[in-house]
Amino acid sequence: MSMEIIYGMPLFLIAALSVIVLLVDAFTGKNKAVAYYFSIISLLAVAVSAAISLNTNIPKSGFDTTITGNNITFGGYAAFFDIIFSLAGVMTIFASKPYMKREFKEYKEYYSLVMFAVAGMIMVSHANSMLMLFIGIELMSFSFYVLAGFIRTRITAVESSLKYFLLGSFASGFLVYGIAMIYGATGSMILPDILNKITTGNFDITYLKVGFALMLVGLAFKAAAFPFHQWAPDVYHGAPTVSTGFMSTAGKAAALIAFVIVAKSVLPVNISVESVTSGSLELSKFTDSARMVIAVISAITMLIGNISALVQKNVKRMLAYSSVAHAGYLLMGIVANNQDGWAGIMFYATAYLFMQIGSFVIVGIIEQNNERMNFDDYTGLRKNHPWIAALMAIFMFSLAGIPPFAGFPGKYMLFVAAVESGYTWLTIIAVISSVISMYFYIGLVLTMYFKDNENGLIITDISSAKIPLAISFVFVFLLGILPGSLIDLAKSLF
Amino acid sequence: MTALLVTLFLPLLGALLLLFFKSENKGLIKNTALGISLLTFVVSVFLMLGFNSNNPGFQFIYEAVWISAFDAGFRIGLDGMSLLLVMLTTFITPIAILSSFDSIKKREKEYYVMVLILQFAMTGVFVSLDLFLFYIFWELILIPMYFIIGIWGGKDRLYATVKFFLFTVVGSLFMLIAVVWLGYYAGSEILNLSNGFTTNYLVIKELHDRIPVDLQEWMFLAFALSFLIKVPLFPLHTWLPDAHTEAPTPGSVILAGVLLKMGTYGLIRFNIEIFPVASMNYSGIISTLAVVGIIYGALVAMVQTDIKRLVAYSSVSHLGFVVLGIFAMTAEGFQGAIIQMVNHGLSTGMLFLCVGMLYERRHTRLISEYGGIAKVMPNFAVMFAIAMFASVGLPGLNGFIGEFLTLKGAFDSKILGSYWYTIFGATGVIFAAVYLLWMYQRVMFGTVDNPANKNLPDLTSKEWAMLVPIVIFIVWIGIYPNTFLKISDASTKQLVNKIEMIKFNKPAYELPEIKPADKNIKK
Repeated sequence: MSMEIIYGMPLFLIAALSVIVLLVDAFTGKNKAVAYYFSIISLLAVAVSAAISLNTNIPKSGFDTTITGNNITFGGYAAFFDIIFSLAGVMTIFASKPYMKREFKEYKEYYSLVMFAVAGMIMVSHANSMLMLFIGIELMSFSFYVLAGFIRTRITAVESSLKYFLLGSFASGFLVYGIAMIYGATGSMILPDILNKITTGNFDITYLKVGFALMLVGLAFKAAAFPFHQWAPDVYHGAPTVSTGFMSTAGKAAALIAFVIVAKSVLPVNISVESVTSGSLELSKFTDSARMVIAVISAITMLIGNISALVQKNVKRMLAYSSVAHAGYLLMGIVANNQDGWAGIMFYATAYLFMQIGSFVIVGIIEQNNERMNFDDYTGLRKNHPWIAALMAIFMFSLAGIPPFAGFPGKYMLFVAAVESGYTWLTIIAVISSVISMYFYIGLVLTMYFKDNENGLIITDISSAKIPLAISFVFVFLLGILPGSLIDLAKSLF
Repeated sequence: MTALLVTLFLPLLGALLLLFFKSENKGLIKNTALGISLLTFVVSVFLMLGFNSNNPGFQFIYEAVWISAFDAGFRIGLDGMSLLLVMLTTFITPIAILSSFDSIKKREKEYYVMVLILQFAMTGVFVSLDLFLFYIFWELILIPMYFIIGIWGGKDRLYATVKFFLFTVVGSLFMLIAVVWLGYYAGSEILNLSNGFTTNYLVIKELHDRIPVDLQEWMFLAFALSFLIKVPLFPLHTWLPDAHTEAPTPGSVILAGVLLKMGTYGLIRFNIEIFPVASMNYSGIISTLAVVGIIYGALVAMVQTDIKRLVAYSSVSHLGFVVLGIFAMTAEGFQGAIIQMVNHGLSTGMLFLCVGMLYERRHTRLISEYGGIAKVMPNFAVMFAIAMFASVGLPGLNGFIGEFLTLKGAFDSKILGSYWYTIFGATGVIFAAVYLLWMYQRVMFGTVDNPANKNLPDLTSKEWAMLVPIVIFIVWIGIYPNTFLKISDASTKQLVNKIEMIKFNKPAYELPEIKPADKNIKK
């Protein structure tokens, strides 16, 4: 039992601490610093507790699970994502402080909302049952609904929050209905059981098909994939910039983990020979067509995201649309649906998280009163703030997938996974959409560096936003030139 | 091996060092950048001295694990061809840096950092023995070049730099698909490696006969698209006149001197080596385009009013010879192509330097603004004439050797199997004489009509220092090319043997046995 507590510690910690942050907030009155520091320390503690179980070899069976009742997984990729999500939370909180102060909206609930969202994500990554998965996604989504409308005096924020909430709850309905159908098909909520039932032929194919289709709708919505991506640009645009960075990276990563977890169990790629039963032919037909559907979704998502981003004049909106495209790239890993694909998702989601949060933090420190977000506002940024401009340029090159930055090895992994599983055409579409994306990513670099503005842009308040920028830079650079160890780790964790 | 690592990494370390200097310290920054590039050149001379030109294989090999999951390693090494191109890089860069002293007048620190990073990436392209590593260096070129054209370029620099960037990226991303495909096919389908993937060039280049022809052709096309855009081959050349014209003088020198060679280098190194059958199948089409490019480039160059644009179009024409030589797939053709890459780097680089010197003095590049310059700048006139004649292909100067060999290679080629390539290609030599001599006549001779040209100063000592080293090599290659041809001889013959084995089932040349001690592989 003690093992279980140690390895499940990140989950228990975040669940407890996020509630405690809310209480701290209630008891500290006007003193904002306590909740701020408390939440940062809590998230770091979660990361440390996850790091303990990261590299330990956890026995899959014979491991006492009296408390958790086989509902959660321990260690492995879950622990890795615990670290990544908590780090994302820490970066967001650091960057939010000056941003919220400037917007006169520094309420302490903000920190606990970020904590709740991280808790939801961590639940998703630890999920071993459909129920856990659903609860995690909902916890995360609810925190996001509030975060999106956090600047409540701003009309766009209210619009984005309401839109997100209405559509999001609709999507959750699909998700939960799909889970019910899959339960109907297999008679289990526990994912390994579902896999087991499917590979041995103990299931009902019709319910499985319907169930998976419904879950696909829900998950595609959460990941902002075509054709359920329409909410994303508006919501990402209306939300406070720093939390947009958080939602569009960590939130997307969590949605993709949920995707991986479901696809791993429901769409087994290589069904072993001894399990051949009457239904297996139909099953492999189903998995093939499901992967093809996901491949088409992935292809259209990346094209539509990048093409829409092409015409944006607003940097925040450009990043919002391009984040749709990145969901498309990530889905390539689900299409492959093998170890390489999952490892690719893990790497790319990590790399994407750092480069995207980094660029949103910069957008956040440049923005003033919901203004100063157009491309033209960035002219001559390098003149007064060479370091900020250099970092933004690096993040843009990385998002565009140009080596030697983190975006490149991530894309390479996903391409390899797609080619290996016979989806070369998807790789070609990914490449074409990358070319499209080059235009606006380097377009921003062009604006910052090549066009001179007499007045230049003055940034008043950077303060603690420096920390997330430094973290992002280090990871974008390190994962770019030395991706080997993380790739090996990613492959060993699945 | 150590010398190779130093040659590769010294510019990068120099760039990092420059970051610590204060940007007001312009003199120090300039001299440090020049010092580092000169030091790199000195180190690269040791490479040349230590190189065994009888060994057709790769030398100075160094391998280190980088990403074990894809078997992507930090693998570098040199054969004759890459040695010559590395030498060209280390030779041209200090000259380009010296020429920047006067022509770059803003944001110096960023500029020299970019140039040194560019040198690092260019050297990396020529020494990589791993497809993944090669791709990284290939793309890394884009970032510094994008900034060099975009910040320090001419009037239409934004258009030019975006065009340059997008053209190159389109090609290289298709190459990326081919790299992934090839890595997967070699690792999983052919070799059955444990991680199912490899990008080790030394392994992959031996697998050519195990890749089915249709697959070879697709991958050939993907690689070729990327390289032919870079060369550039007609009709993919449209980025080049803009980029060359808008780049600052040193940028054009590096672009013409080294960057375009990456394309032709890639064609030999990857397309011909890995996909020999596909190369033979496509040699006719590509050679035809090369010949069209030779003539087209020359004709367009003839009507230019801007000297720099004229030189830029002459590159399209000259690189056509290189591509023709490569796809002749004979020893003369390859040797001619390789030496012509070096020649073009020297003579066109020098032409750009000369145009830059005129521009510094008059701030215009229009031919009509000049006339009679030979009277006011006699020394300059001599130097410009040497560069021009080298470019025209006057016997005794370097251009002749390269053009002669490529044309002879195409003439003898059993794979092209037609004399017409040579016959039409040779007209390019005549056209080159026409447009270059005509330009020279209009700029240099006649009376000094324009009062602004009356009091132009002749060459300064700095300008002498840039031009004289190039002239030495122009004459050296022109008179005794064997020094340089010998270096790439063995590796070229090995490649030709490989092709002849496929086509005619017998090797064309006897190669000396290599003592194992020469291989000098260190893991």
